[in-house]
Amino acid sequence: MTAIDNGVNVQALLDARDVLKGTPEAAQFTWRASSTWQNGVHSTTRIQNFYGLGAEQNHKSETVFEADHPEVFAAQDNGITPIEYLLVGLASCLTAGVASVAQNRGIQLRSVEATVEGNHDIRGILGADSDVRNGYNDIRVAFRIDADASQEEIEALVAQSQKRSAVFDALTNPTDVSVSVS
Amino acid sequence: MLTERSIDHVVLERGEVANSWRRERWDSLRLLTPNWQTGLPGLRYDGPDPDGYLTAIELAGFLDRYAAFSGAPVRTGTTVTSVRRTGDGYRVATDRGELDCRAVVIASGACNRPSLPPFAAAVPPEIVQVTTFDYRRPDDLPDGGVLVVGASATGVQLAAELRRSGRPVTLSVGEHVRLPRTYRGRDVLWWMDASGVWDQRHDEIDDLERARRLPSPQLVGTPERATLDLGTLAAMDVELVGRWAAVRDGRALFSGGLRNVVALADLKLDRLLGTFDDWARSSGQESATPPQRPAPTAVPPSPRLRLDLCGGEIRSIVWATGYRPDYSWLDVPVVDPKGRLRHTAGVVDGPGLYALGLPVLRRRRSSYIHGIEDDARAVVAHLAGHLAAAA
Ligand SMILES: Cc1cc2nc3c(=O)[nH]c(=O)nc-3n(C[C@H](O)[C@H](O)[C@H](O)COP(=O)(O)OP(=O)(O)OC[C@H]3O[C@@H](n4cnc5c(N)ncnc54)[C@H](O)[C@@H]3O)c2cc1C
Repeated sequence: MTAIDNGVNVQALLDARDVLKGTPEAAQFTWRASSTWQNGVHSTTRIQNFYGLGAEQNHKSETVFEADHPEVFAAQDNGITPIEYLLVGLASCLTAGVASVAQNRGIQLRSVEATVEGNHDIRGILGADSDVRNGYNDIRVAFRIDADASQEEIEALVAQSQKRSAVFDALTNPTDVSVSVS
Repeated sequence: MLTERSIDHVVLERGEVANSWRRERWDSLRLLTPNWQTGLPGLRYDGPDPDGYLTAIELAGFLDRYAAFSGAPVRTGTTVTSVRRTGDGYRVATDRGELDCRAVVIASGACNRPSLPPFAAAVPPEIVQVTTFDYRRPDDLPDGGVLVVGASATGVQLAAELRRSGRPVTLSVGEHVRLPRTYRGRDVLWWMDASGVWDQRHDEIDDLERARRLPSPQLVGTPERATLDLGTLAAMDVELVGRWAAVRDGRALFSGGLRNVVALADLKLDRLLGTFDDWARSSGQESATPPQRPAPTAVPPSPRLRLDLCGGEIRSIVWATGYRPDYSWLDVPVVDPKGRLRHTAGVVDGPGLYALGLPVLRRRRSSYIHGIEDDARAVVAHLAGHLAAAA
């Protein structure tokens, strides 16, 4: 195989997989975010540390996310809406998956573009119609990928990326969510 | 093979010969492997229909013939309740007394218990639930809608039979293996055999663990040699939904990833057929029928994500979610946390302990009846070596 480089250290991932098979405790991660209400529907969420490999871990720096509603909702638009953050997660997760799978399969990528669209009937959140769900009705992801590979191989990359995607799973399968007040 | 090597042995069976085929299968079951593939060392299918598929009872008859032909010392009605290590071998406790031996071959099968997801317990009690161990025929189920869970060989066969009985059927589809019954004029399993796919050895397979967990292919053995895939079922008005992920508030929640598992299965099928075509070209097996590709599976435009289990639409659930082995009687630490035997090509992690009849034990072929011959030969050779070294 000629040396291809998508910038993904697949060897490290494969090594981690082998190690974690025997030490499932170390594979338990907890991701955290903490948010503060600002005003109106505007809030600020910060992400800095997480838990994994049996210890507290830190990102190199803190990331700050502003969430708000747009002016058409009579809000200040200090940031994107919470449900748009799901699109950010899905697009970046599937893209990361495409790069990793391509690296593992020896496929050189030149460009990967994705457009994500989620259809949302807001009558649900407004309580205007009880048959309408609150969340997205459906989400469409369109990839445009330029790579040294056949169309079939590219389709297989995208399919495998969905199969191993944390966010795809989180969106397509139910998750137990508990909310408490202290 | 043990007799050929003059190794003193007994075969312990809790039921009778071919017990699983007599007691643990549904009425309409036929093998999905064609008759010409059905064979055990020294005895092959020799009936009038080599391209047909045996019923479970016909196979039980074949195994009876084999037991007589091989003269194997089978002690039926003898349940093994414990196997433990002793100084130079094993003590086997049964409901008919104890036995000491120097080696044990575990051939208790890979499919002793149904494998059910934990949320099966959260299904409302009004709904009748059956596994593939209890299901015999459509009449066993109440009239009304059936939810069949799992779309491998068992699930697609039962979904089709229940739909034909007039019941509305919903099929929950997770990862699956799509196969056409025939390809380029031959049984698809002829291609698996001839092209060498089934000869792939355990140490040549990239992800052996995955290969061993691979669900059975969507195949059925019928006289018409008909294909039974998701497209066939959709045309029969079976409703396809995604993998069943949870029960919440009396509702079944299905994954929204149906499209992807279908796309994965279509892509894998195309790759497999490509392997067959390459092999045909390089081995001069070109037949009159040119390579072809089945149409991609059509996925319903908006598969249902939720189904109310209390509303009466669904009266029964058939769990076709696979099987697991039962080693509760094995008191030797050779079973992994997932309940599977730790072994390399049938040689278990304990001196004088062997396994046969498990998926991809030595080769892909090992998952099938006709895979036993080579596996048994290799395992018996190792066993004989062990006895000789210990002697
Ligand atoms: C639904 C289904 C369909 C299949 N279709 C096909 C097919 O079409 N073609 C094909 O080639 N393969 C098929 N297979 C696979 C095939 O069943 C196996 O390859 C084959 O049965 C393995 O034979 P075995 O004797 O190792 O195991 P089994 O047939 O499972 O026999 C194990 C025996 O061990 C006995 N036993 C278990 N525990 C104890 C104990 N503690 N004490 C005493 N006895 C015990 C059981 O009673 C049983 O008789 C199918 C499997 C299933 C489940």
